[in-house]
Amino acid sequence: MDFANFSIQLLNGVQYGLLLFLLAAGLTLIFGIMGVVNLAHGSFYMIGAYLAYALTGAWDSLALAVVVGTLISIALGWGLEKLLFRHFYHRPHLDQVLLTFGLIYIFEELRSMLWGDDVHSVGVPEALNWSIALTDTLSYPAYRLFMLAICTLLALGLWLFISKTKLGMKIRAGAFNSDMAQALGINIVRLHALVFAMGVALAALGGMLIAPLSSVYPHMGSQVLIMCFVVVVIGGIGSVRGALTAALLVGLVDTFGKVLLPQFASMLVYVLMALVLLYKPEGLFKQ
Amino acid sequence: MTTRRLVLTRSAALLGAASSGLLLPAHAQSNKVRIGLMLPYTGTFAQLGQACDNGFRMALEEKGNQLGGRDVEFFKVDDESEPSKGVENASKLVQRDKVDVLIGSVHSGVQMGIHKVARETGVLNIIPNAGMHAATRALCAPNVFRTSFTNSQPTLALGKAMMAKGHKKAVWITWKYAAGDEAGEGFKEGYLAAGGTIVKELGLPFPNVEFQALLTEIASIKPDAVACFFSGGGASKFIRDYAAAGLRGKIPLYGSGFLTEGLLDDDLAPSAQGIMTTLHYSTSLVSKRNDAFRLAYAKKFKMQPDVYAVQGYDAGQLLVQGADAVKGDFTNKKALHAALEAAVIDSPRGKFTMSKAHNPVQDMYLREVKGKENVVLGVAAKALSDSGAGCKML
Repeated sequence: MDFANFSIQLLNGVQYGLLLFLLAAGLTLIFGIMGVVNLAHGSFYMIGAYLAYALTGAWDSLALAVVVGTLISIALGWGLEKLLFRHFYHRPHLDQVLLTFGLIYIFEELRSMLWGDDVHSVGVPEALNWSIALTDTLSYPAYRLFMLAICTLLALGLWLFISKTKLGMKIRAGAFNSDMAQALGINIVRLHALVFAMGVALAALGGMLIAPLSSVYPHMGSQVLIMCFVVVVIGGIGSVRGALTAALLVGLVDTFGKVLLPQFASMLVYVLMALVLLYKPEGLFKQ
Repeated sequence: MTTRRLVLTRSAALLGAASSGLLLPAHAQSNKVRIGLMLPYTGTFAQLGQACDNGFRMALEEKGNQLGGRDVEFFKVDDESEPSKGVENASKLVQRDKVDVLIGSVHSGVQMGIHKVARETGVLNIIPNAGMHAATRALCAPNVFRTSFTNSQPTLALGKAMMAKGHKKAVWITWKYAAGDEAGEGFKEGYLAAGGTIVKELGLPFPNVEFQALLTEIASIKPDAVACFFSGGGASKFIRDYAAAGLRGKIPLYGSGFLTEGLLDDDLAPSAQGIMTTLHYSTSLVSKRNDAFRLAYAKKFKMQPDVYAVQGYDAGQLLVQGADAVKGDFTNKKALHAALEAAVIDSPRGKFTMSKAHNPVQDMYLREVKGKENVVLGVAAKALSDSGAGCKML
């Protein structure tokens, strides 16, 4: 592998990692702050992708679809938290697993009723539908670079929000000790709703952004869910910084694994997880 | 006490007998041929299952819905492409509905379940799609026939066509699962025999669609050509990514026909131009037989037939021939199997026969994507037969 190809693979790995981060950030926050094991997180990713498909079909503009889709998913997250999840924060994990496992089926069935079982595709926006020639055989699609930029911005924004703003501080306080935070006058109920809605919106946004690159298909959430859990476990539950590090690590290991050790590619990420669990059972950045 | 217990056990036995059908003479009296259709009617493969169903019924209807002079009766089970229910669903058709023949299925995992039941009960099974090797290789059976393909059959024909174009060094890429591995086996055999070299084999877990790293690797290897096996949603994604990575037009892409079959819409077609595939059928195959079939199918079902409809149709045609030979007597198994084995099927894909292992001996067409069609360039391999390696009937 020469330097040019190495750099391109590095870019691929980072890009995949950042996408994983968008999905895992919500999962790790929801897990860390509310203590909810949310198996339905992958479904929000799928819902995002299908929203992108449905809304671009209606308006022919991905940008508009992403904005409206994000608003819809915030509303969905807010509503679900109020109606369902709120009542499960203090229930055992098994109850939560049953609830969210059931939600996966409900979302899949709704998806089947609304949009059918076919594979759909979302067109890349005209303005980004070109490629940059990197080597004489390889071009890099502009949309991928655009997505890389958006994901970087989102990751940066999320980090600033969590670590620098007052609301972010409250969220961290809630993750650290929810009872104490409440005793200090933080409205923990509203904070939970906010975090949950944000997590859902991030997952849906990930789905919307990947839609033009990936196809939109049934059960697309379940593959991604497993990777998200790997990221959360490696990074340490509840840590956004950990999720970012772990997502990039998983992205790079997966990318270079596929190329350098193709016969072991599918298990390398899990080997990584096992190693982390062996030496740092709490994850890399347990708070 | 003992009498009460006796009453209880006896009535339980009675109930059991009733539910298992021992006390219901209705089955025996009916003189209809009982046909079990075990196909996916919901889920990802729903369209494929429906197409098989349509084609099969059409073939029977053309003969007045008669098999060897007897009327037919259908029993439908939705297998949901769910391997874990394969044995249970197949047993339901065989034990409860007492079907004379079982048509199914699409998914190879489900087929393993059907295969187990077929081997144990000896019921006639005709496979309209699932291509797993075992059914007509190591686990072949006198009562199991296939009207589709083995997973390695289409890719077996690729090598010669690629070498004819001067593509001597190729990269092979697929999903790492049974069908992908078997397709790879076929490609390797055909390509090496034709004198080609496989410089690298790439794979990713099924049904993962993050191809970017592998495409970058292909660009850095710069082979003469790339050969692949993908199908359905993953296939259209692969085609799209291949074009977006700038590889289309620089490194020719070859594949099993399922790469492009039924997927070429307005959206995908621009990225797919020039892709060469091999398959036993193409919707744009020009022949009197195919034209007539397409017209009749379109009239009846208000939609265009695809390769799955053809395979279902041929399953029906095969069954008609077998039943006619034994005058509808499905208990005369030896004669029935012999007739099926000797059948010549006048298929929309062209005439084909059965191999000793009960898999089609058929022409593989070389097709190129032009516009929204898989245009047939010619026959890539004439009367191609699967090796049937390991089959005891050979």
